[in-house]
Amino acid sequence: MKFKTFAAFVGPSVFMMLLFIAAPLISVFIQSFQITQPVMQQIEVETCTPGFLTQTCTTEVKTVPIIDEVTGKTQTTTAWVGFQSYQNVLQMDKFWEAIGSGQWRDILQIDFWKALRFTLMFTLVTLPLVIGVGLMIALAVNNAAKSLRGPVIFVSLLPFIITPVIGSLSIYWLFVGDGILTATLERWTGQDIAMFAQAWTIELLMYFYRVWHVAPFAFVIFYAGLQTVNMDTLESAIIDGASRFERLRYVIVPHLMPLIIFIALIHLMDCYRVFDEIIGFRSQAHVISLQWLTFDFLTPDDAGNRAISRAAASAMLTMVGIVVLLILPLRRTWRDHKGGAH
Amino acid sequence: MYLKKLALAGAVSLLGTSAFAACSYENTVPLKSLTAGFEAWKAVTDAMAECGNFQAELDQEFRTKQPAAFEANPSLYHIGGVSNGTITPLLNAGTIRPLDDLVAKYGANLQPNQLIKVDGKTMAIAMMVNTQHLMYRSDILADLGIDTPTSWDEVFAAADVIAKAGVVDYPIGATMKSGWNLAQEFVNMYPGFGGTFFNADNTTAVNSEAGMNALATMQKTLAYTDPEVLVSDSTYVQQQFQQGKIAMANLWASRAGAMNDESESSVVGKVAMAGAPVAVEGGAPATTLWWDGIVIAANITDEEADAAFRLAMEGLDEDMVTANNEAAIWLINGYVPGDLAKGAIETATASPSAPPYPSTTQMGLLHTALGNELPAFLTGERDAAATLQAIEEAYTTSAKEAGVL
Repeated sequence: MKFKTFAAFVGPSVFMMLLFIAAPLISVFIQSFQITQPVMQQIEVETCTPGFLTQTCTTEVKTVPIIDEVTGKTQTTTAWVGFQSYQNVLQMDKFWEAIGSGQWRDILQIDFWKALRFTLMFTLVTLPLVIGVGLMIALAVNNAAKSLRGPVIFVSLLPFIITPVIGSLSIYWLFVGDGILTATLERWTGQDIAMFAQAWTIELLMYFYRVWHVAPFAFVIFYAGLQTVNMDTLESAIIDGASRFERLRYVIVPHLMPLIIFIALIHLMDCYRVFDEIIGFRSQAHVISLQWLTFDFLTPDDAGNRAISRAAASAMLTMVGIVVLLILPLRRTWRDHKGGAH
Repeated sequence: MYLKKLALAGAVSLLGTSAFAACSYENTVPLKSLTAGFEAWKAVTDAMAECGNFQAELDQEFRTKQPAAFEANPSLYHIGGVSNGTITPLLNAGTIRPLDDLVAKYGANLQPNQLIKVDGKTMAIAMMVNTQHLMYRSDILADLGIDTPTSWDEVFAAADVIAKAGVVDYPIGATMKSGWNLAQEFVNMYPGFGGTFFNADNTTAVNSEAGMNALATMQKTLAYTDPEVLVSDSTYVQQQFQQGKIAMANLWASRAGAMNDESESSVVGKVAMAGAPVAVEGGAPATTLWWDGIVIAANITDEEADAAFRLAMEGLDEDMVTANNEAAIWLINGYVPGDLAKGAIETATASPSAPPYPSTTQMGLLHTALGNELPAFLTGERDAAATLQAIEEAYTTSAKEAGVL
């Protein structure tokens, strides 16, 4: 392809990436090393609030930001603080203290490490399940009678087209204290069931929901891959006396390997950003994720404060985490790529 | 053809908004408001809409939008609905205007206690008070021969009896959803034990004996509530009441009306209101007092502000209150307190009285710290002393970042 044509096709995409990904990333990176705060002053203020019949007035010293006379906005100062925001998020001093005293569980009292524990476990537990379940559906559909395939594909794709946040809300409504499923199970077993009262049941539901939701994606990719399996190889394997499992193990899976890596890559990226489940399940008391932590820092409180610097630091840490996770599968793809060029 | 239809539909819907039925004048300046979405706000904004040219946005997430929307120039909204918690960022940024001259012009019907004064200037007009107080199933308590509890010890004693009788699923309901709601429970309980939130140098004082007592009481509640209480917010508790699943709760006065809503509630007429229980004998009720009211943006022209305030006064008039008497504990002339208001009035007039929720920057930070650190205590992962320590540390970190320490 001529370079000019290439540039014309790629140009818009590169421009968008620079504008919407690179620029915000640089800005967040810079903000994670800065703290911007309003200039505060202490003034004595008399505030009157209504009682039911009379008014109560109190005079107190309040700390309020100074408003600039010229611009009418609050005066702010911005200072470079180095890694302080990262330290505030990571709380390494407490981390080492917990390790030093042998109280490992204390590490999970720190929000970041608590979130990291769940995020990693969530990612790594659902990954093999999604690939396994997706492959199983694909094999089942591939072996189903032709007339059945259409409907089966349609039904197995349904979970994937549900908006994630709606899906997690549905699961929450089904399993909450008086949800349909809980009520049925309670009647059936005669026991009081509370799925959202302890961390482990919530986590189980989250794993279940994510696998249910993402497996169809793996299925579609694998199903497409299965159509390209070399029939000659399969037939010769049968002649050689390979069992069904051996054919799967030595012919089909190696053929699908690039697709498995591809799905693993996408799934790792998606899962590390787990967020919808936390909001949908209202699980903040028991289980939090890294992405939720960033969101929590960014949410303003009633007084309008938001921890932008810590949110930036937490976002950068999340990105570092994704990069670390992706190194292994990416290296493999790179090796395959180089190998293929020979 | 299609476009024509669309234009026609647009014109008709515009006509709809400019109908001025029960309004005493016709509003000619286009105005917008951003308020919370509960019943009282709906009543007030509907009354304002009668004057025409008015667009109301009712949104429970208003608190995240309002500061930025009012900081724009010109402001995106003319009228804002606030409470003593959410007025803080607007006051701090100076994006709402003093209303004294407008009060003099249009506010003849206002009660003196409706004027929210900061530093001598009227910055907001309060329309109602709100507080968390005791709601209970009067039929159950009467059946079991229990007097209306006035302290938390009595609440727990009553809960024991109710649990033994087994008439409801859970004796107590609580708004303990992790985050804002759970923090508010602590904010209610802590002053009840005589605690103060801050020292003179803006450091927090929650790591104290009152803090330990407040935590102990909250933990005691857990024995009587739904095991999933850490996901239950006000709406959830309201529904538990309506479905007859709980017998007592310290719930918002603004939720009282829903108990007698025949389309939703199976306990119409059976839920009674009493003052918030005290934490210690002879102390103040363990709750905080809130008000809701309106503010006018600073970044709009004086003509717009004039029209906006006039319109707001029309929304906050006696006719509106008479038509929506049960929707809130109104501060406006013409309000006749009914049975549902009994608890809130008892709470507000108690002596010593419950403190108003402090509208300060520090309180916002502390509220967040409480909301994030309390769950670990209630799930049993951390003991009370370590939790208070963690709250103090979380507050200190964010207070330093926000520049108040």
